[in-house]
Order: sequence, then structure tokens, then C-alpha cells
Amino acid sequence: MHLEIPYNVRPRPDTGLYNAKLGIWLFLASEVMLFGALFSSLILLRSGVPHWPHGRDEGLNIPLATLNTLVLIISSVTVVMAWASLRLGDLKKGRIYLSCTLLCAMGFMVIKTIEYMDKFHHHHFPATNNFYAIYFTLTGLHGLHVLGGMIVFAYFIGPGAKMWATEPARFTNRIEVCGLYWHFVDLVWIFLFPILYLL
Amino acid sequence: MDTTTTEHLADEHTHGGVHDPNAHHSPEEIRKETRKYLVVFFALACLTAITVGVSYLHLESHEAIAIALIIASIKAFLVAGYFMHLLSERKLIYAVLGITVFFFAMLLWGPWNHHYDYFGR
Repeated sequence: MHLEIPYNVRPRPDTGLYNAKLGIWLFLASEVMLFGALFSSLILLRSGVPHWPHGRDEGLNIPLATLNTLVLIISSVTVVMAWASLRLGDLKKGRIYLSCTLLCAMGFMVIKTIEYMDKFHHHHFPATNNFYAIYFTLTGLHGLHVLGGMIVFAYFIGPGAKMWATEPARFTNRIEVCGLYWHFVDLVWIFLFPILYLL
Repeated sequence: MDTTTTEHLADEHTHGGVHDPNAHHSPEEIRKETRKYLVVFFALACLTAITVGVSYLHLESHEAIAIALIIASIKAFLVAGYFMHLLSERKLIYAVLGITVFFFAMLLWGPWNHHYDYFGR
């Protein structure tokens, strides 16, 4: 017996959205609360001491973090361009843009690894002080999200793209949904960068 | 461009009078959108440069925090509004986000000025 999952292309009449889109927004809402709890912890730690160390004074690398910010912004543009290309019926271009997004994500992780290695080299670990505890927790959790995005993009560039031949609209929606997730990852970094590195 | 596929995609996104505000666009509208994405990208890059530049001005702590958060909020608005197309989204998504923002604000308000101490009494 063949059972088709309903409303994965056409909008559901009562919500006006296809199911995956509502699903990703509900998931992102839970992600906001996950990161919100950690931002809340940061405020609690920071407001509980008379002097909170400045990221620059603690040896955080601002040029590398700025470069990472630009890399993530570029990846946000490429993923939305991939979606636009697919809406125009151009799979080849869509895949090229998705590959650029994956490359940017890899670049972000390489830069982050260089930063982490430098910290470990200088004997700065999560247990060193509260600043490094929250720094590693927040950037580590964010890095895991980047890694998750990379796996999803690799799948859609490779085997996942087969869907285009039979269900192009559904495949386009899938790219929209993972794009929304990716923009959220970018949004989190937009706040993490000034809070941890510059203030 | 494969016109047949484009028409097929557009057709798939409409059903029984229900219509996805971000899916059913003409090729020309989609191309216009992509130009908008590039403008937003340059705005985000400039705002990143401003954020870093301001951090070297050695402002008072509260001033530095306020400016950095204002710039970050503008960047967040650009990403959410244009890349996540929240400027033209369904009411249900606004409702979900409204509830989320409320609880997120509560999470941030709690530790500010040690409100948690008050709750703990």
C-alpha cells in the first residue's frame, strides 16, 4: 500500500503552509529557547561579577572571528540563491550555490578549529574560568549546528538531489527549509560575535 | 532556463485557493529578489565592519553594549526579513514567533538585575 505524506508541496488549507515549513519554524522556536537559556546564563555570569573580561584581553582573535562572520553571511546569500535558482528550474545552478554554501561552512569550521587550537595551545580550556566556560559552550553548540547543516547540504548536493527528477517542487521546498535553518545559524552568530569577542 | 519546470513548480505551489506567498512568483520577480539578496549582503558586510570599528573606539561599557546590540539587531532584521522572507510570511508563523520572542525575552530578563534572586526568596 502506498501512503503519500500530505502537504509536502501544496499548502495545507488551514495553515496556508506546507507542513515542513511550519515544522522547521516550530523547530527554530525550540532552538531560540535552547540558545536563549545559554544567553541567559551569560547575562547571569556577567552581571554577577564587578569585572567581566573583555574578549580581546582574553586573547580571542577578532580578525579571524570577523572573517568567520563574513563567511557565514556569504553562505546565507548562497543558500538563498540556491533556492531562487531551483525556483527558476535550474538544478545545475542550485547545486553550484549549495556547494558554495557547503564550502563556506567548511571554511567556518576550519577557522573555528584554528581558534580553538590556539586557545588550547595557550592552556585556555572550559575549566579555566567562567568566560571560557561560556565561550566554549556557546561557540561549541553553534559549531555543532554548523556541522549539522554541512551534513544536510552534502546530502542535498549528492544523493538527495535525485528527488529533482520526480518531484522538483518538493525538492525546492526542502532546500527552502534547510535554508531557513541555515539563516538561523547565521543569526545566532550575528549576536555571538559582538557579545563574546567585542564587548 | 527550463520554462516547463518553472511552470510546473509554480503550479505545484497553488492549491484550492491556498497560496504560498513566497513560492508563487514569476521568473522576473525571482530575479528581482536575487538582486535584493545581494544588496542585503553588502549591507550586512558593511554593518559587520562598523561593529568591529566601533569596538576599537573604547567607549563606556554600557554605550559599547548598546551600539553593538543595535547593529546586531539591524543585521538580524535584514537576515530574518529578507533571507528568511519574514516580511511576507503567513500569520501562523508570526504567531509562533511572537510566543517565542515573549519567552526568549523572559529568559533574558530573569538574570538582569538579579530578578532570579527575587524569585528564589
